[in-house]
Amino acid sequence: METFVFDGTLEGLLTAVFYCYQKKSGKVKVVSTAHFHPDVFQQHFTVVSEDDKAKRVWSGLQKKLDPGWMLNIYKAFLSEQPQAFQHLLDFARYIIDHEQGAETNFGNPDVLAISQLGQKVHREKHRMEAFIRFQKTADDIFYAHIEPDFNVLPLLIKHFKNRYADQKWIIYDLKRKYGLFYDLEKVEEIVFDFTEEMSPSLNALPAKLLDEKEELYTILWKDYFKNVNIPARKNMKLHIRHVPKRYWKYLSEKQG
Amino acid sequence: MYERIREKLGILADAAKYDVSCSSSGSNRKNENKGLGDAEGTGICHTYTEDGRCVSLLKVLLTNHCIFDCAFCVSRRSNDIKRAAFTVEEVVELTINFYRRNYIEGLFLSSGIFKNADYTMERLVRIVKKLRTEERFNGYIHLKTIPGASEELLKEAGMYADRMSINLEMPTEAGLKILAPEKSHEEVKKPLGYIQKSITQFSDEKALIKHVPKFVPAGQSTQIVIGATPDTDKEIMHTANAFYKNFSLKRVYYSGYIPISNDSRLPVIGSQPPLIRENRLYQADWLMRFYGFNVQEILNDAHPNLDVDVDPKLSWALRHLEQFPVDVNTADYRMILRVPGIGVTSALKIVQARKFGRLYKDHLKKIGISFNKARHFIRYGDSPMQLKEYEAGHIKGIILAESHSKYQKNPHNQLSLF
Repeated sequence: METFVFDGTLEGLLTAVFYCYQKKSGKVKVVSTAHFHPDVFQQHFTVVSEDDKAKRVWSGLQKKLDPGWMLNIYKAFLSEQPQAFQHLLDFARYIIDHEQGAETNFGNPDVLAISQLGQKVHREKHRMEAFIRFQKTADDIFYAHIEPDFNVLPLLIKHFKNRYADQKWIIYDLKRKYGLFYDLEKVEEIVFDFTEEMSPSLNALPAKLLDEKEELYTILWKDYFKNVNIPARKNMKLHIRHVPKRYWKYLSEKQG
Repeated sequence: MYERIREKLGILADAAKYDVSCSSSGSNRKNENKGLGDAEGTGICHTYTEDGRCVSLLKVLLTNHCIFDCAFCVSRRSNDIKRAAFTVEEVVELTINFYRRNYIEGLFLSSGIFKNADYTMERLVRIVKKLRTEERFNGYIHLKTIPGASEELLKEAGMYADRMSINLEMPTEAGLKILAPEKSHEEVKKPLGYIQKSITQFSDEKALIKHVPKFVPAGQSTQIVIGATPDTDKEIMHTANAFYKNFSLKRVYYSGYIPISNDSRLPVIGSQPPLIRENRLYQADWLMRFYGFNVQEILNDAHPNLDVDVDPKLSWALRHLEQFPVDVNTADYRMILRVPGIGVTSALKIVQARKFGRLYKDHLKKIGISFNKARHFIRYGDSPMQLKEYEAGHIKGIILAESHSKYQKNPHNQLSLF
């Protein structure tokens, strides 16, 4: 079995698929540089990402898979799970090697894995669409930071851009240290150094950076959250299943 | 300084929470004017209350003043509670500001009936109109239909709302007569029918003219309170079924009655709301809408009530063991869907995957069926030889022993003494 080491990008992974065919490889083990531990007894091949090779593989897959499945590939990649890379490589080869329609073979472990990883990442994306809580700053930007399990920011752009077309907003991923900024025209990737007053260790922004009405709406939202509860039906188990504790940190209604 | 608005929100959210609908899906309103909000596609639950219910919309009453005296309702005329009313501006501002912070998907607006139906409906319409036209709000709006409001007002409301609803309240006319003599199912059917007719009209026109304005794009729904009157599950589901059929409803909600009154016609305060029964009714509702079951199969004169200890699909299967086992490698999709422990997603995966080869236990487990439950009802590539046929009671016993029911013997909100 050959070992391919790639740079961890989607482009790199697709390039690796390309080399499987060029080198007429049998079973290939794929690892990202970050997860690679060199082994004296084993040879490895380093894949250098190449745009045109990656594109050829991507468009080859596009010919056989519908947009939903192409998105599944992207989502599975964004899961950042080490086993996802292997499944993605094997899935791509399986699709390329077989007639159209092979992606419905849920008896195949790679098909099932990509479908399930895609589902997992999709769920996280949906959770972020639900759990992001903006705070309006004094300079009219709606700001929120998050720490999603998977790298879902790229999947959030369309949703938030459509929805909040008439307000500036920032969504910042503290775990992966980058964010999205919408300036009323387009969404851009941003990276910033947190000043002390805007520390990522705080759940929310401090009052002095905020719009004067922000406090009122935070209070009203918390009041509302309390008032819609029906104590006679209390069911904390169900509550926690829907709102897992790891998300509470940034939910204003769960503070204090 | 915030006290006044906080108190109002407290009172009017509290009074609105017994309306259980929280759905924000099914509309197709896009943000095309670079305004605020987008109500296209799937709904979003932004948070969940400690009772585990979804919070998707800002659900408030315009006012809890009411001229009616329905025994089951907190806002009834004779109830001695604090009353409040929002201004049009207050509701609009709350909605917009909650929405901008991504707290909600939109507004669920209902109201007690003050003065008369038209007067109330007219106020509700004024709010949604302002949201849509002045604030260019494209979020989701669920608007209550006030029984007895004029058709002109309903038509105008439908131009701004995504969903409209009007509650049946009690499963049977007789039950309603006891608790709310001023109301009837007839006066619910009239507006439901009128709006339904208008929805069809608009969609017919859409085939001919390109730009027809939207009219209640997410359809209509209703709510039935259960456990307040002694109706059987059969009566409840047959009523629900008839309303699904006759008025193309998107949803019927079942709301376990929470005792809020010392009225002798109703369960006493402090008694447990019928949560398990409510859950079973929703399961039966799902079987009707997504699993191809006819209401007669689930509930009939021989079985007028749903089992409490097992779900209605398992209960049906146990009564019809002659139709099992089902071979997952050959059976109809329709029949696979009827196997306890197999849901819609898994059933679809099974019929797709089996084209590529026989399915074995391992495949089925990975696909995600609830194998321990389903195994009594299916055959698969490597199913074990079965020498004798088990009886329904025996299978039920095994399944119950293996599963940890989410319903414990004691309701979890009731403290145990020891």
